[in-house]
Parts: sequence; C-alpha cells; structure tokens
Amino acid sequence: MAQAVSQNDHGHHDHGHHDPQELKMLGFWIFLITDVVLFGTLFATYVVLHNNTAGGPSAHEVFEMPGVIAETFILLTSSFTSGLAVLAMNKGNVKQLIAWLIVTFILGAAFIGLEVQEFVHLVHEGFNFGTSAFSTSFFTLVGTHGLHVSMGLGWMILLIIQLSRRGINDVTRGKVNVISLYWHFLDAVWIFLLSVVYLMGVM
Amino acid sequence: MLENIKEFASEFFVTGDPLIYGADVSIALVTIAIVAGLTYFKKWKWLWRNWLTTVDHKKIGIMYILAAIIMMFRGGVDALMMRTQLAIPNFEFLHPEHYNQVFTTHGVVMILFMAMPFMFGLFNVVVPLQIGARDVAFPFLNSLSFWLFFLGAMLFNLSFVIGGSPDAGWLSYPPLSELQFNPGPGQNFYIWGIQISGIGSLATGINFLVTIIKMRAPGMTMMKMPMFTWSVFATCVIIIFAFPILTVTLALLFLDRFGGGHFFTLDGGGNPMMYINLIWMWGHPEVYIVILPAFGIFSEIVSVFSRKKLFGYTSMVFAMMIIAFVSFFTWAHHFFTMGSGADVNAFFAISTMLIAIPTGVKIFNWLFTMYRGRIRFDLPMLWTVAFIPAFIVGGMTGVLLAVAPADFQYHNSYFLIAHFHQVLIGGVVFGYFAGMYYWWPKMFGFKLNETLGRWSFWFWNIGFYVCFMPQYLLGLMGMTRRVSTFDWDTGWGPLNVVSTVGAYLMGIAFVFQAIQIAYSFKYREKDTTGDIWDAHTLEWTIPSPAPEYNFAITPVVDSRDPLWVEKQRRAAGKLPKKDAKPKYEPIHMPSNSGIPIVFSTFFFIAGFGFTFHWVWMAVLGLAGVLACMVVRSMNDDEGFYIPAEEVEKTEASLRGTL
Amino acid sequence: MADHSNHAHGHNEAHAHGSVKSYVIGFVLSIILTIIPLVVVLNHMLSEIPTILVIMITAVLQFAVQLFFFMHVRERQGNQPRWNVMALIFGLAIVLVVVSGSVWIMAYNGVGY
Repeated sequence: MAQAVSQNDHGHHDHGHHDPQELKMLGFWIFLITDVVLFGTLFATYVVLHNNTAGGPSAHEVFEMPGVIAETFILLTSSFTSGLAVLAMNKGNVKQLIAWLIVTFILGAAFIGLEVQEFVHLVHEGFNFGTSAFSTSFFTLVGTHGLHVSMGLGWMILLIIQLSRRGINDVTRGKVNVISLYWHFLDAVWIFLLSVVYLMGVM
Repeated sequence: MLENIKEFASEFFVTGDPLIYGADVSIALVTIAIVAGLTYFKKWKWLWRNWLTTVDHKKIGIMYILAAIIMMFRGGVDALMMRTQLAIPNFEFLHPEHYNQVFTTHGVVMILFMAMPFMFGLFNVVVPLQIGARDVAFPFLNSLSFWLFFLGAMLFNLSFVIGGSPDAGWLSYPPLSELQFNPGPGQNFYIWGIQISGIGSLATGINFLVTIIKMRAPGMTMMKMPMFTWSVFATCVIIIFAFPILTVTLALLFLDRFGGGHFFTLDGGGNPMMYINLIWMWGHPEVYIVILPAFGIFSEIVSVFSRKKLFGYTSMVFAMMIIAFVSFFTWAHHFFTMGSGADVNAFFAISTMLIAIPTGVKIFNWLFTMYRGRIRFDLPMLWTVAFIPAFIVGGMTGVLLAVAPADFQYHNSYFLIAHFHQVLIGGVVFGYFAGMYYWWPKMFGFKLNETLGRWSFWFWNIGFYVCFMPQYLLGLMGMTRRVSTFDWDTGWGPLNVVSTVGAYLMGIAFVFQAIQIAYSFKYREKDTTGDIWDAHTLEWTIPSPAPEYNFAITPVVDSRDPLWVEKQRRAAGKLPKKDAKPKYEPIHMPSNSGIPIVFSTFFFIAGFGFTFHWVWMAVLGLAGVLACMVVRSMNDDEGFYIPAEEVEKTEASLRGTL
Repeated sequence: MADHSNHAHGHNEAHAHGSVKSYVIGFVLSIILTIIPLVVVLNHMLSEIPTILVIMITAVLQFAVQLFFFMHVRERQGNQPRWNVMALIFGLAIVLVVVSGSVWIMAYNGVGY
C-alpha cells in the first residue's frame, strides 16, 4: 500500500495543488451529512404522521418481521464485506477487491429484492402509497433508503468495470473508499429504520 | 386535427391577457435577436467554448451575477405591477388570480433566482482569489451547480408563457398548493424549478466548504481568513444543513400531487401544518444564508474604505458562527399563530430575540471600524453606510415581530411585509450591490461610473424609504398581505399611493444601474494596478481581471490583511521595491466540460415532463441524467498543464503595464 | 474516514485503515446489537417505555460501531482539525432539532387522524 501510494503520487504531481482524493473524501463526507439531514427530515415526517392511519391498517397490522429481519442481516453482512473489499484494496489485491465488491453487490441486490417483495405484499394487503398519511410516509421513508441502495448498486457495477479495466490507482482507490463509506452509511440509516419504523411499529 | 392542436395550444400556452401577449412578443423578439446576433457574428463556438462549458470559477461567477440581474428585472417588474394595482382603491389593473401569480413569482424569483445566484456569483468571483487558491475544490461540480440553478430558474420562468404561473404564495402552503385546490401545472413548475436549482445550491455549499477548509494559501489559518470568506464559510454551513430539508419538503409535496400521497392533504390523515413546519426549517435559515455574505461584504468594504483594520475580528467570527447555529432554532416564529401552545411560542420567541445580539455586535464592530477612520465615500462604501440605518430599523421591527403575543396582531399584515423588505433590500440587496461595485474591477478590469452610480444610489435609497415606511403604518391600520385590492372606506388609499411612488423610484434606480453598466463598459478605463481601491486582501495582489490560473505563484500569508501589511512594509522600506524575478512552474488546470449543461438540460426535461404529467418525457429526462452520471464516472479527465513559459509570458504582459 | 497518500505517515496506512480484526469485531458487535432489540421486541419482554429505550440505545450504539469500526471516524490527516467529526456532530444536532422540534410543534396540531 505505502509503495503504491508513493508511486501514484509521483505520477500525479500537482504544483501548489491539494491532493484531489483528499478533497473528494471530505466533499463526499459532507455530502453524506447532508444525506443524514435528508433522512432526518423524512424520519421527522414519519414520526409526526405515523399515527394518522385514516381508518387504514396500522403498523402492527401490516409489518411482517421475518422478511425485515432477513433484510437487516443481509445489509449488515454487506456492510462488513464492503469493508473487506477496502482491506483487499489496501493489500493491493485487485482480484480479491473485485470479488468482495461482487459479494457486496449480490447481498445488496438481495436486500432490494426482499424489500420489493415486501412492498408488493403490502400493496396486496390493501396497504398502498395513498392509503393514509402513515402509509405515504412509510413508503417514502423506506423507499428513499431503497433508492439509495439501488443507486449504490449501479455505482458498484461501474466501479467493478473500472477496476477490472484500470486496476488500483489513485482515482479508483478514492472511488472504492467513497463507496464503502456510502455503504456503511446506508447500513447505519437502515438500523434507524429498523428501530423506529419496524421495531417501534410492532412492539 | 387542427381543432385539436388549437385546443391543446390554448391550454398549453397562457392566453387571454393582453399583458402576457405583450410579454410573449417581447420575449420572442429578444430570443430571436440573441440567436440571430450569435449566428451573424459567428459566436456560437465562442459561447460554447468560453462560457457554456467553462469550469473557471471567475466566469461562472459572472454568469451567476448576469442571471441574477436579469431575474431582478423580472422580479422588479412583478413588484411594480403589484404596486400599480394597489395604488388606487378598487383599481382593476390585474385580476385577483393574476395578482396571486404575480406575488408568488415575485417572491420566488427575488429570493431563489435573484438573491441566491447573486450571492453564489460573488462567492465564485471572490472566494478562491481571496484565499489564494487556483480554483474551487470541485470545478466540474461548480459548473454543474450553475447550470442546475440556471435551468431550474428557466423552468420556473417558463410557467409565465406555458401552462400558467404558480399562485399559492412564495412558499406554497398546502392545502392551497395541493392538487385538489390547485390542479394546474403552475404548482408543478414551482416544485421542479426550485428543486432543480436547490440541488445546485446544495452542491455549491459543499463545494465552497471544502474549498475554504482545504485550499487556503499556506499560512492562512482559519483565524487569518478574510471576513468575507468567513461569511461564506458560515453560509455554506447553513446551506448544507438547510437545503436537504427543502429538497425533502418539495419532494413530499410533489408525491402528494403526483403520486396521490397524503402528507399534507386534508383527507387521508395528512397534515398541512407539517409542511409549514418543514418549509420554515429551511426557510428561516435561508434568510440567514442570504444575509451573512452581505455582512461579510460590508466587513471588507468598511475596513478598506476607512483605511483601518476591521474592528473586533474575533467577535465578528463568533457572531457569524453563532448566527449560523441559532438560525436553526427560530423557525416557528413564522407561524406563531398556528396554535402550537405557549411553551413552543415562548421558546421560539426567545431564540429569535437572541439572534439580535450577535447581529448588534456586528453593527457596533462596523461603526467602530469607521470611527476615526479616514473614510472614502466611493460607491461600495456609500451602499455600506446606507445599509446600517436600513438594517437597524428592519432588525428592530423584526424584534417587535418576535414578540409572540404581539405577533397575533402583526401576522401577515403589511407590517411584516415592510419588515422583511427592509432587511432583504436594506441588508441583502444593498450588500450585494456594494459587493458588485467593490469587486466589479476585479471581474472586468474597470470601475463602474461613479456619477451614474450615485444617481442610482439616491433613487434606490429614497425610493426604498418612500415605499416601505408607509407599509408599516398600513400594517398597523389592518391592511393584510396578498390582498389584490381594497375599498375607499378603508382609508388605506393615501399611504398606498405614496408606497407606489417609492416603488417606481426604485424602478428608475434600476434603470440608472443598467445605463451605468452599459456606459461604463463603453467608456471603460482599464485598471492597470490590479488594486484599484488600495485594498487589504489577496484578490487585489493579482492583475484585474485575474488570469485564468489566478495566482502564478501561490502566495504565502502571515497576517489577516496580507496585501495591506505588504504595502506598509514596502513603504517602510522593509521590502525591496521590486521582488526578485519569480520562478514559474507549470500550472495544473481542470478541463472544460459539456456534461454539466447537458446533465442540467436533461434534468430540465425531466422536470418539464413531471410538470405536465408526461411520464415518458420525465423518464427520458431522468435516463439522460443517469447517462451523464455514467459518462462522467467512466471518464477520468486529468485536466491539463499550462507550461511555465506561458505563465511567464501572460504574467509579463499583464503586469508589464504596471 | 480513510486517509491516504500522506507522505508523512504513509507507512502506517495499513494499520490506520483498520485490520480484518477490527472489521470482524465491528461485525460481531453490530449483530449482537441487532439481536438484542429484536429479542426484546418480538418476545414482548418489557413494557413500552423500557422497550423504546432498549431500541434506541442499541441503535445509537450500533451507529457508533459503524462509525468507529467501519468508517474509521477516529483517523485524522496529519494534525489538521477533525472537520469530518465536527460536521458530523453538527449534522446530528440538526437532525435532533428537526425531529424533536417537529414532534414538539406538531404535538398540538393533530388535525388528521
């Protein structure tokens, strides 16, 4: 790792410039914090409106925990595997890095699959987007997280392509660091979704 | 077939009002003139290469300010139309529905498409130069921010001729803005226009925060930053926390209207009050977003034109950061009358009053900076001096409004209108004008004409007081905002006439400014010093306008007013008269990119599709957006280097005239 | 927050980025912290207020685990200030204000139901 870094630094010599990867990392971190506020606002809306069921089903009538628990552990594991991808990258092992990214991708896709299945099930139960303020805020909050995960999946494909073409260099290393940060972040958001929406809903 | 087209067109385009037909014709003529002009002078390529695809922060800044001035014209015409309608009781100049549209677009345009881009323009022009950086942290993102803003603003303005303007007020409270009461496309234009430009604003906030944190010249610690840069820092902190709330709020309103949701509807368990709660969580910080940079501008100008160091630098910084923080704790004062209970109102009344303390500290700092200074009253200083009384009156009436029980009387009256115009014009607009006059030579290399500027200044100032002072009284007499007309027996007639006269005086002032810019451009005298005001900070150490790479040699800083200290040392003979010939090195530059404008155009198309519920078009637009992201991700453009010899040549030709 | 390409401590990179061990510890901790509230809620072991407390405390702890073991929030670049931590703390404060403020203000305004 140390060697790879110094090599790349020489290839990327900027006069009076700052390390672009360092800038990107801070910029992305701040972006994630804006995303924290975005989710915070959605949580606020959900918490305020979650009792307004307008005669429709309420939380403990519709939520089915087995699927949610499976989703939780899948996402947790994928957060772990995305970390292993970073470790593989730090060892300079492209193959291992791509392999862990693929594992992360598959877990993420499984998560999205289960979530879609859950949503379809809910709609069949007569609990759809326009049923009540509760259902609208539920689908929006959980759906926004799902959208984030889906964006991450598309991004991961692009990254895997770039890694297999160009290997590990300064640019791709920055991107892997950023996406793993993003993935951990989505896992953290899910923890609060599980706690506030599902667990407090069914208790 | 023809009938169908005719029917579609009469729904699609706004019809039936001679005023709008007149505007249609003038818009069409101007567009044709621009296109023909560009084609005739063969300037398309030049436009694309030098402006539309540029990632140079200085050019992006100029484009922002140009857009802001155009939007100020549009918002100003709206204002004059309203004042005309209200000049005489029972006047029939605008229909009530049309009046609703006019006050809605006036508010949105002035805050989001005039004040915000004006502010971002000054950020772009000044901040990298002031901190000794070659560019912002993410030049590509910077260009993307501009185009998102610009096309968002265009989408919003399109509602003027297509589909109909929004008419639910500048913050579009539900239930009025819900589908049930507002089925037309105007409200969708509102949501998407603001949403698209809001994403750009958020990106700018991130961009400048990282720029300021990471790209300061060596030696410039946080506590040695110029005050304007500090104000930008504080503003960006507010932007990154406030704008996500706006994004969510607008998205929820859109889901209600487009997807049949029940966030803010009257049925299905929705709660319109929640929208008001959320929008003001963004809306209140937003007013601090626009005012803080003005404070920064005044701080720079006061010290330069008083030939003194800024009084109380540290307290200024603390005041700014405290304002940034407390601004997130005051939002409920916009709806004291909602009935959230005495404890809620008490909390937010006190937090609102608290904000007056750091603001007062700043006012005293400016006064003490002027105290015993050798003041020069050039245009920037003139606007700064005009700001102080205007803002004190505006601020004091704000404290009156913060008294929750009394607010039940003032709420939504013309007292409120007078208050916020006084702080927004007296604070924000005066501040940005001061900044524009101050940094204009840095942007273009020549000063704006002083005489015409003074005419404009006095028309603005007299018009401003003549327009808004009567409105405080009208508010106390019971006149409420957003009424399109009133009866003779209300007794509001005389003061309204006076107020309208004031508005027209400000209109004349704007015309003077337009003439001033044109005149100064025609008879410009090139500034060869690069330091036309005898200023204190780094941006004045380089030629005007700044070369594309800003600083040939990265400056090293050891004080808060580096240029001033250097000049003093030079005068005292502590530095050699001319520096030794510097050793230039190749400079790394980012490449231009067409992706931002294409990306934003696709976003515009998506927004237009959602506005008219044309799903195919929305999907097409979003697919384009995603495609642009993929192209960007796969393409690693490393930029290019300007060779050392070229830097040397440019510097010699720019500084040779010294 | 991974850091990289800083000549000064480039050699400590592997250590600074966390090791397999720290990731495994983090993973195990987060699984335990997920199982606790699940067991408590699904078996109805506690009454309402204690259940909410357990749920929120384990969630916050797990967030901390993600931050420290996965996102390496403790690492810093050279002796620069920890901008990322400051931004995070401010962001979380704002979220707290947004959520609790909304609940507080809206508690009096339940028009829907």
